[in-house]
Amino acid sequence: MKYSHEFRDWEIVQSIAERIRGISNRPATIMEVCGTHTMSAARFGLKSLFPDGVRLVAGPGCPVCVTAQQDIDAFLALGNIPGTALVSFGDMLRVPGSSASLEQQRAAGVDVRIVYSPLDAVDIAAREPEKQVVFFGVGFETTTPAIALAIKTAAERDLTNFSVYCVHKTMPAALRALLASGEVMVSGLLLPGHVTTIIGTRAYDFIAEEFHVPCAVTGFEPVDMMLGIESVLKQLADGDSKIDNMYARAVSSDANPLAKKLLDTIFEPCDAEWRGLGVIPASGVRIRSEYSLFDAAERFADIIKAVPVAPVSKCLCGDVLRGAIQPAQCPLFGVDCTTSNPIGPCMVSSEGACAAAYRYGGS
Amino acid sequence: MCLAIPMRVTQIEGATAIVEVSGITRKVRIDLLSDVELGDFVLVHAGLAIAKIDTHEAEETLALLKGLTNEI
Repeated sequence: MKYSHEFRDWEIVQSIAERIRGISNRPATIMEVCGTHTMSAARFGLKSLFPDGVRLVAGPGCPVCVTAQQDIDAFLALGNIPGTALVSFGDMLRVPGSSASLEQQRAAGVDVRIVYSPLDAVDIAAREPEKQVVFFGVGFETTTPAIALAIKTAAERDLTNFSVYCVHKTMPAALRALLASGEVMVSGLLLPGHVTTIIGTRAYDFIAEEFHVPCAVTGFEPVDMMLGIESVLKQLADGDSKIDNMYARAVSSDANPLAKKLLDTIFEPCDAEWRGLGVIPASGVRIRSEYSLFDAAERFADIIKAVPVAPVSKCLCGDVLRGAIQPAQCPLFGVDCTTSNPIGPCMVSSEGACAAAYRYGGS
Repeated sequence: MCLAIPMRVTQIEGATAIVEVSGITRKVRIDLLSDVELGDFVLVHAGLAIAKIDTHEAEETLALLKGLTNEI
């Protein structure tokens, strides 16, 4: 795979590792904000290449993991409406709600479909006009443009049976809340490369300016990850804090103007509830009133309001998502909660911190 | 979930393109990119090309890294 495999060159990875060993002379805790980073670090065994005292902790960047229990319960409740088809990315299939998962609901006869793109859900709605097709809009800025495009396309096609249950989150607001809480002491951040293709590196300037935390916008191949770590450690050694773009082949300092226009047309900022972090002001998006026809929260408001308040879960995913504990510190980890019998979303999601630690060790 | 795969553009028709990687082809929307041409590499996520890969930048990074590797 061009522009992917070259960045897995192990000689280059080793040479960066050697340079890193020459920089670091003190402990550092670096948060990899994105779930895809978590999985990449675990899968390629990168942690074994770091000097003693340098450790990675997972952050709040796994959309499946940070989706609030209440939102999962609400989406599942929509499946009980006769004639409804619940459509989702595959990542959400096994995430447990308070009483069941999408997968279990499907086994019980609910019409659940898995798609690769939200545009596929629009096609389902066009093909099956007798169905109310509801898409589970989960994800960060990488994913919201595809959802916005799906809503725009459904509007252009005059579809009246397509809607999105929107629980999208935005990354900068969550990082601000996390850093401002003072609960999590991180020396530096690996910022999510693909989110940043949409929002641009400038969206994070406040982290360096207000919190003085070194950051590197980082790609997802082993060479990219090592370059991100090197940048953060170098900034720490130099007493510097900036937003260093280590994924320049895909990311620029400005937001993608076409994506911004599309997102601003369909969505507006709103407060959002994050599992483990609580409600963070202006950290999510909701569908604008002009497109309320496509907003499942509006269309099925009565059903969603009637969903009981989700009980508190025993699992410590919330603490894992804040980087406050490592997965193995949760008493359920590896005993009651495993990848084949997951209790919390961090174990269900293929890129959850618990799944990565369980599958590859080295938590 | 934020995984995006670099794929090469082989056909363009309006806001839709056919992209290819390792013999696998897929139809994607290119609404977010203003200047896509045949042969370009784009990052594909959930059926949408979210960014164009700056191949010059990528080659330069690799050349620099390989140079440093050889010095060690």
